Amino acid sequence: MLTHDIIIVGGGGAGLRAAIAAAEVSQKLSIALVSKVYPMRSHTVSAEGGTAAVLRDFDNLDLHAKDTIFGADFLADQDAVELFVKEAPGELIQLEHWGCPWSRDPDGRVSVRSFGGMSVDRTLFAADKTGFHLLHALFQTSLKYDRIVRYDECFVTSLLVDGGRVRGITALNLYNGQLEVIVAKAVIVCTGGGGRVFPFTTNAAIKTGDGMALAYRAGVPLKDMEFVQYHPTGLPGTGILITEASRGEGGWLKNKDGYRYLQDYGLGPPTDTPVHRKMELGPRDILSRCHMQEYSKGRTFEGPYGHYVHLDLSHLGEEVIDKKLPFVRELARNYVGIDPVYEPIPVRPVVHYMMGGIHTDVTGKTPLDGLYAAGETACVSINGANRLGSNSLTELLVFGARAGRAAAEYALGQPSPTSNPLEAMAKDERQRLDRNLIRKPGGKERIAAIRQEMQKAMEDGAGIYRKEDEMKNSCNILRQLRERFSNIIIEDRGDVFNTEVTSALELDFMLDVAEAVVHSALNRKESRGSHTRTDFPKRDDAQFLKHTLAHRTPQGPRIEYLPVTITRWQPEERKY
Amino acid sequence: MSEIRPDKSKLYHPKMTSTWWLKRPNYVLFMLREWSSLFIALFLVVFLIQLHQLTYGPDAYRAFAHRLSSPGWVIFHIVALLFSLYHSVTWFYSSAIVMPLRIGERLVPRQLVVGLNLLVLAVVSIVILALFIKLHG
Amino acid sequence: MSKATITLNVARYRPGQEPAPKIQAYTIPYHNDWVVLDALNYIKDQIDGTLSYRWSCRMGVCGSCGMMVNGVPKLTCAAFLRDYHPQEIQVEPLAHFPVIRDLVVDINDFMDKLKSVKPWIIRKVEKPVSQGEYRQTPQELEAYKQFTQCINCMLCYAACPVYGLEPEFLGPAAIALGYRYNMDSRDQGQELRKPVLGDHAGVWQCTFVGECSEVCPKDVDPAAAIQRSKVEAAKDWFKSVLLPWGSR
Repeated sequence: MLTHDIIIVGGGGAGLRAAIAAAEVSQKLSIALVSKVYPMRSHTVSAEGGTAAVLRDFDNLDLHAKDTIFGADFLADQDAVELFVKEAPGELIQLEHWGCPWSRDPDGRVSVRSFGGMSVDRTLFAADKTGFHLLHALFQTSLKYDRIVRYDECFVTSLLVDGGRVRGITALNLYNGQLEVIVAKAVIVCTGGGGRVFPFTTNAAIKTGDGMALAYRAGVPLKDMEFVQYHPTGLPGTGILITEASRGEGGWLKNKDGYRYLQDYGLGPPTDTPVHRKMELGPRDILSRCHMQEYSKGRTFEGPYGHYVHLDLSHLGEEVIDKKLPFVRELARNYVGIDPVYEPIPVRPVVHYMMGGIHTDVTGKTPLDGLYAAGETACVSINGANRLGSNSLTELLVFGARAGRAAAEYALGQPSPTSNPLEAMAKDERQRLDRNLIRKPGGKERIAAIRQEMQKAMEDGAGIYRKEDEMKNSCNILRQLRERFSNIIIEDRGDVFNTEVTSALELDFMLDVAEAVVHSALNRKESRGSHTRTDFPKRDDAQFLKHTLAHRTPQGPRIEYLPVTITRWQPEERKY
Repeated sequence: MSEIRPDKSKLYHPKMTSTWWLKRPNYVLFMLREWSSLFIALFLVVFLIQLHQLTYGPDAYRAFAHRLSSPGWVIFHIVALLFSLYHSVTWFYSSAIVMPLRIGERLVPRQLVVGLNLLVLAVVSIVILALFIKLHG
Repeated sequence: MSKATITLNVARYRPGQEPAPKIQAYTIPYHNDWVVLDALNYIKDQIDGTLSYRWSCRMGVCGSCGMMVNGVPKLTCAAFLRDYHPQEIQVEPLAHFPVIRDLVVDINDFMDKLKSVKPWIIRKVEKPVSQGEYRQTPQELEAYKQFTQCINCMLCYAACPVYGLEPEFLGPAAIALGYRYNMDSRDQGQELRKPVLGDHAGVWQCTFVGECSEVCPKDVDPAAAIQRSKVEAAKDWFKSVLLPWGSR
């Protein structure tokens, strides 16, 4: 049995930041970073547009907080938001010190740009591959610390819980098929969101909600799972992300008549250059809904992958595009054969981010002693019912660091754990995996078939516009899929790098996450932020100014509620 | 670093064959570039021997030069010249990569650097050839 | 919907089951906007669940899906079937790396080499975060920016015959990343990187075949980084010989 002081599950932006933060708390701490992929493959790498913080004189913390809380449709915990905006600038400067190649102004200062829902320019960027540069800067910096021990390509299958505390993890070693058991005083979950429960998503294959399911199964509630963000500009078919920065630099959204339709939905008037929070710089949930309304009016294009609209960048000119949006140009040329310098890019809303996740407090602590969470997998909540673009990368850093420090302080105060009950638990886990997956005989369902039916049920029941009977139907389908999952075929009997078993493990986790999403959505009888119901179209602060908590039971999620923390910004109508 | 490593005994180690360089056109071009130095070196040896003949008097020199006019030696010299030219072109290309030329903020395109170098080479060659023709002319 | 098909010849290797990789043919429906990765996913989902390979972002930025496609190192998420159809496509694991299973190779050698070039900002004195960012002009950023684009996909190692023949070679990506930090105006760690970069298995083992830069999907141009590192290393050698008491 391997022993460390802290285990971090997931090696993306939040996990790496937490690891470095914990390593800096004390020289005595030994930190395990366990990831199912090499850290530089984590989905943080795909983030493009930027990361927000108050760095300039024309900006102030209250404004960033207000933008965030407003964008969250008042479901964000305001004490958490105040803390977030305060620590954000320091975190981004720290990243600069760690080598992140931020784009610069002529005087050498870090540049900022406009982004959706933000009142002023406050989004730092590294061309249009901010997440890539952030992740590589963090990963390469993490190599400095010998006390961060990596377990690459180790798939965490369960959290070990004993005596009301988390004690460690079990993980499948992909190289030999053995179950590794790692014991620790604290565990930080940083595994990202679960966009792959939906059929069209910007998310990578690895975004299967693993950590959310791990915590959920260990008795920790998942908070605000119904809030799923659709990014308005993804490529049809593949779902590849076309960054919001393309709109921040001045791109226009046009329907099939070449008309900038957003002006019909209260986001006007249309201007030639972008105005903060107006038109194409409106918040993502509203823009995605506008697209769907255009679709219902028959004003969108039809293509082999369904309806889409045009994102027109041609008026920006080749020089601006090559300097500020070179990756967008590359993606459009490669994947849809369009050069945005000359032609508009076909785009449509695709699932992008989960505002909900593992319930934590402002230090990243969950209700389970010793368990922490940070990043997209956690819900503090600073994003509430809808996240503003460029807050997520900042969130990884602020809360990754907070969770790392909190877990480190906790671990320093704990005695070394005894491993006796854990050996038995690990043995049980090994038998569970063998019986249900690795050595599973027979079966007749293909993993891909169940996965595709789950994704369809999510698209139908938990899409941009939701309705009671559709959600109920999806809940039933998900229950049936859970039953059918026990009958899957595992063709690959090998021990070495068995990716069929990992696909099955991921599907297992996704079914839990999907259920939490739809049940939470069904119980929220209002429309707020990204959760829009045609049967309850209005926001209802009297009944629902509260967070949804989904607890796992054998019969499905049990829903409870938690009040939202309001400090200085009273809920008002959300108009742009 | 990562504590978890694949089992070495189960890895398959692919072997490179001695004809690896035939697999890609760029590898072949690379080998030709490397071999060019062999031909240039051989040419230099022959040339040094030729110069050395001067110490044996004009008759010995002329006899040696006459030997070099046989078809075999002419072909050798043509081949060496071609390899030398190829070496020069690849050298110009390398220099454009190793020392990128900047005018203000803009980078001078590599093809332009190679082209300019080739132009200088052509001009110098023409001058030398003209001198040779004039002296023998 | 066309009924066209395409055949992929995929290398299979299961330790204990076969002594060396063998080719297995799969014929699948052809879609003209599919990439090789889509084809592999179709095979795994519908035909043969035992096929193992790495992938994640499917948009050319995570670096997971590098494989040999018709003998050329490529990101399979950026290799379009239409560029090969109706010919058959051969898919093999990345060259010059030990094969763990099917299309999955062992990249730990690279991970060790990456760490050895100290790919982080090294400073004699750190500036406190409260004093703000290190100033860096757009020109200073340009000096190293292209070398920051490396996604660690290792196509360059698969293309480099030196790495194939002499596996101790530091390799294109590791050297390019070492160079990236040496050229970053905020870094002061050139001295500390010298032993590794200037080693005989460092920049000097490169014979400038240049294929690494040819296959790089992100235009990092590691060949340029290596040759320029050689110039720097040579300059340092001359300085140390001609000015032995000179300040560094």
